[in-house]
Amino acid sequence: MNAFDYRAPRVVDEALAVLREYGEDARVVAGGTALVTMMRQHLVRPGCLVSLRDVQGLSRIEATNGALRLGAMVTHREAEVSPLVRERLPVLAETFRRVATVRIRHMATIGGALAHADPNQDPPVTLLALDARVEVRGAGGRRELPLGEFFRDYYETALEPGELVTGITVPLLAAATGATFLKFLPRTADDYATVAVAATVTLEPDGERCREARIALGSVGVTPLRGRAAEALLPGERLGERVLQAAGEAVKGEVDPLSDHRGSAAYKREMTAVIVKRALTQAWEAARRSARGTR
Amino acid sequence: MTRVVRLTVNGTSHDVEVPTYRTLLDCLRYDLGLTGSKEGCGVGVCGSCTVLLDGKMISSCIALAVFADGREVTTVEGLAEDERLHPVQQAFMDAGGFQCGICTPGQVVSAKALLDANANPSDEEIREWMLGNLCRCTGYYKIVESIRAAAQRSRA
Repeated sequence: MNAFDYRAPRVVDEALAVLREYGEDARVVAGGTALVTMMRQHLVRPGCLVSLRDVQGLSRIEATNGALRLGAMVTHREAEVSPLVRERLPVLAETFRRVATVRIRHMATIGGALAHADPNQDPPVTLLALDARVEVRGAGGRRELPLGEFFRDYYETALEPGELVTGITVPLLAAATGATFLKFLPRTADDYATVAVAATVTLEPDGERCREARIALGSVGVTPLRGRAAEALLPGERLGERVLQAAGEAVKGEVDPLSDHRGSAAYKREMTAVIVKRALTQAWEAARRSARGTR
Repeated sequence: MTRVVRLTVNGTSHDVEVPTYRTLLDCLRYDLGLTGSKEGCGVGVCGSCTVLLDGKMISSCIALAVFADGREVTTVEGLAEDERLHPVQQAFMDAGGFQCGICTPGQVVSAKALLDANANPSDEEIREWMLGNLCRCTGYYKIVESIRAAAQRSRA
């Protein structure tokens, strides 16, 4: 690794000041699982590392009106085992459980994962399906943007120079809604997905038909994607074989996977359709159970 | 550029001056002479560098020493009490949980962390917890047996 300055400020404003001082030569580090690995491989050579680990107040998980807020320094493991997340958004806790290994989940943070913007990651997929919003701070103050506008390209986000992620707000599920996350892993359990799918299904008040469905896809494009053409086929429908088949076909046109050791592009496209159908089926059944439970 | 970091390693406090790019693993091995933790893959995948940081297992090969400033580190050298092996170490000996030994320190530290968190894990819980510790010799069955035996012995 190259030589670099190291700062560990205690408040966000101080971190922002270091980012101004060093400009593009500074990199923010949270858990370090991605950044230190890239530094060891000489892919990144920062002049200064600004560590957020001593910054106060970035590690909280809180319930706020109709949503959960997770600070940027919450680790994947903390999100996975948090009683609050498990109770209010079990699909999110389950998603974090599927990331890498317990050891890496102890290190990797939510904010770090978002800023890293590797399209093979799991949590952004579920967070996208749940319509999460990213909280960002910079010299200009605080702003919030939908996760769908945050990811711009392979390893590229909407973060401006001098900005950093401070947290994420995740709305709870609406009534009569089911949500699921599926990760297709043909190799090992700690691998990146060949394709990952998160789906939510919300039922009409009659509990018999779909009112709204959201589909998010990971590892099949340069960013996590929404399957909007497939989503558009579902309102008003009962999710049976015919509709699911059509949704699976539609989603194939929305992905742009790369051929690699996890499968050819054509294989990944086919498997996206299969996993989307499976995820929608599970979300539909969970929504039906939820609707029956509340009536 | 260097920093002085204060590490409490296996209960002993050290002030160590390190280059900022020093990994925690290299600090333990080369600055403190604790060569039990091994470097396997160097990218956080294989588990042979596993140590506990404030009681939580991490990959020390992708943690910087400066990240551990002011915190407690437990390595495989910290498990035995004098000449008495930790129950996990004894069980790995008794049940044949290792062959070549390269992955063993990481396996043992991970298994200790598991039993600290869950004194009575099911086989499935053992496998899920340990899936990040790769072993090219044992085929894993004897590792799972060792951990099961250590759990039984710790409860007895």
